[in-house]
Order: sequence, then structure tokens, then C-alpha cells
Amino acid sequence: MKAAVITFPGSNCDRDLAVAFERAGAEVTRVWHKDSVLPEGTDIVGVPGGFSYGDYLRCGAIAAQSPIGGAIRDFAGRGGYVLGICNGFQVITEMGLLPGALMRNAGLKFVCKPATLRVETTDCAYTSGYAKGAEVVFPVAHHDGNYTIDAEGLARLEGEDRVAFRYVDGLNGSVADIAGVLSANRRVLGLMPHPERAVDPAQGGTDGSAVFRALASVMARA
Amino acid sequence: MKARVHVMLKDGVLDPQGEAVRHALGTLGFAGVGGVRQGKVIDLELTATDRAAAEAEVVAMCEKLLANTVIEKYTIDIA
Repeated sequence: MKAAVITFPGSNCDRDLAVAFERAGAEVTRVWHKDSVLPEGTDIVGVPGGFSYGDYLRCGAIAAQSPIGGAIRDFAGRGGYVLGICNGFQVITEMGLLPGALMRNAGLKFVCKPATLRVETTDCAYTSGYAKGAEVVFPVAHHDGNYTIDAEGLARLEGEDRVAFRYVDGLNGSVADIAGVLSANRRVLGLMPHPERAVDPAQGGTDGSAVFRALASVMARA
Repeated sequence: MKARVHVMLKDGVLDPQGEAVRHALGTLGFAGVGGVRQGKVIDLELTATDRAAAEAEVVAMCEKLLANTVIEKYTIDIA
């Protein structure tokens, strides 16, 4: 598995994400936001958490229009895998790779704690290592994770089994307690919680490892 | 030529920040505030001299970057 991890000015989970991919056996290339092409042979792009461009205008809005943003959009358009975590979820949603939008948390507070999630579907390369309905704990740390989508869009997501993770006890006011969603081709996943911060016992848990292991096994078969 | 863009959340999209401002106004004793919606004002200085061309360009800017049309609406004033 060849993973490309993007760094924007203000990214702060890029190294953690690279380490999580490496632990699963990936060959990781770090890619700067001013680059306009992805490394040859990239299997998956990781768009990390942080505060890209200082969250100016809207979270993720400027990063979505950066030079590497166009390459990521084209890569996804060709059926490439893209994993957007936290600010990365905001970035790829602003790019239009996923429907809906991420708004200020309903409680207006920055929420930073371990969150219990339910794995809602195992029908994708990211969650095939979990049991459907399993509860996992990933850390969350965000101010703008309140996922919003209109009723029609929500019905489509639910009908197509594209809700990957849900908060078990709610968290930020997101529609239907959605924590992570998949694209129509199931190859783009955006989620607010941080699986890459749960891959080593020293981080307080390893529930996130299965995401990266599952990806590695899917890419190995491809 | 100058353009002023107002970006607001669409009607029906809950505005948690506006609600917080409304609560704070109530705490300050302003009892008559039924609702608050918060948005952004963006001023642009444009080199264009043709009004219609300037407006078309600002519409494109709003659609591509200045507003997230999933949740936001915008108005444009050209002066």
C-alpha cells in the first residue's frame, strides 16, 4: 500500500497519520500542499486533521482550493481512495467529494475526549476489519464537527448504507449522530474522530488500528 | 469597482452562534430579541470596470469559494 499524507499549513495530525499507515505496512510519502501532483502509484491519500490555513473563511475551504486539492479531486474522480480525518473531513467535504457540510458544534464548545462510536457498515475498505455494530473508542478533538445534510441527502446516505460511524451518545449535534460518511463508490471516507490517535497502547487504546490494517489488506489484494 | 458580499446561513439551517448571541443579549437585559442570525461580510476591490462582468465574476467567486452553498446563501452589492 502506497499512502500519500498531505500537509497543509496548520495541519497537526499529519505525522500521526503517517505513523498509523506505516504501522500497517504502508509506504508513506509526505506531500506538501503546494505540490500539484500526487506520487506515482499512490493507492490512498490521507488528508489529516489540524487547522489548515488557520480555519480562515470556513474550516477546510482554502485547503480544498490549494494546488494539491485539484490533484486529490482528480485522484478521487478516477476511483482513488481518500481518507479525510477531522479537518481532513472538512477539507474533502469542501472539495465536494462527500455530500453535506460541517458546522460549528451545537454546544459551541471545542470537544476533546475519547468518543464511543458504532461501526454502522463493514461494506468498505476502511471498516471491513470490524464487526457490524461493534463499538469502538476513537479520540475526538474539534470545534466544527456538526455534520449537516438535508433530509433528501440523509435518506440517500442511509439508504445506500453510507454512514460508516455514528456517535453512540451524540457529541456535537450532527444529523443522526453521524461521525463518518462514505462516498457513493465507498472509496472516500470522511470522519471527525481520529483512528490514527488510537493505534498504540501508549495513546490509550488501539481501536483505530483495524482501519489501517483493513486498508492494507484490501490494497494487498488489489 | 467594489463589491460587498454578504454570506448568511440559509433559512432553516440552525445557527448555533446566532443562538448564543441571542442568549447573551437576553442576559444583558435586551428582552425584545426574537432571533439572531450571524453571517460574514466580505469586501472585494475589483479591477473590472464593467458592472455586469464584475457581478458575474463575484457570483463565480461565491460559488467556488466565498460561500458553501450547501448551508449558506449570499447576496452581492456592486458599487
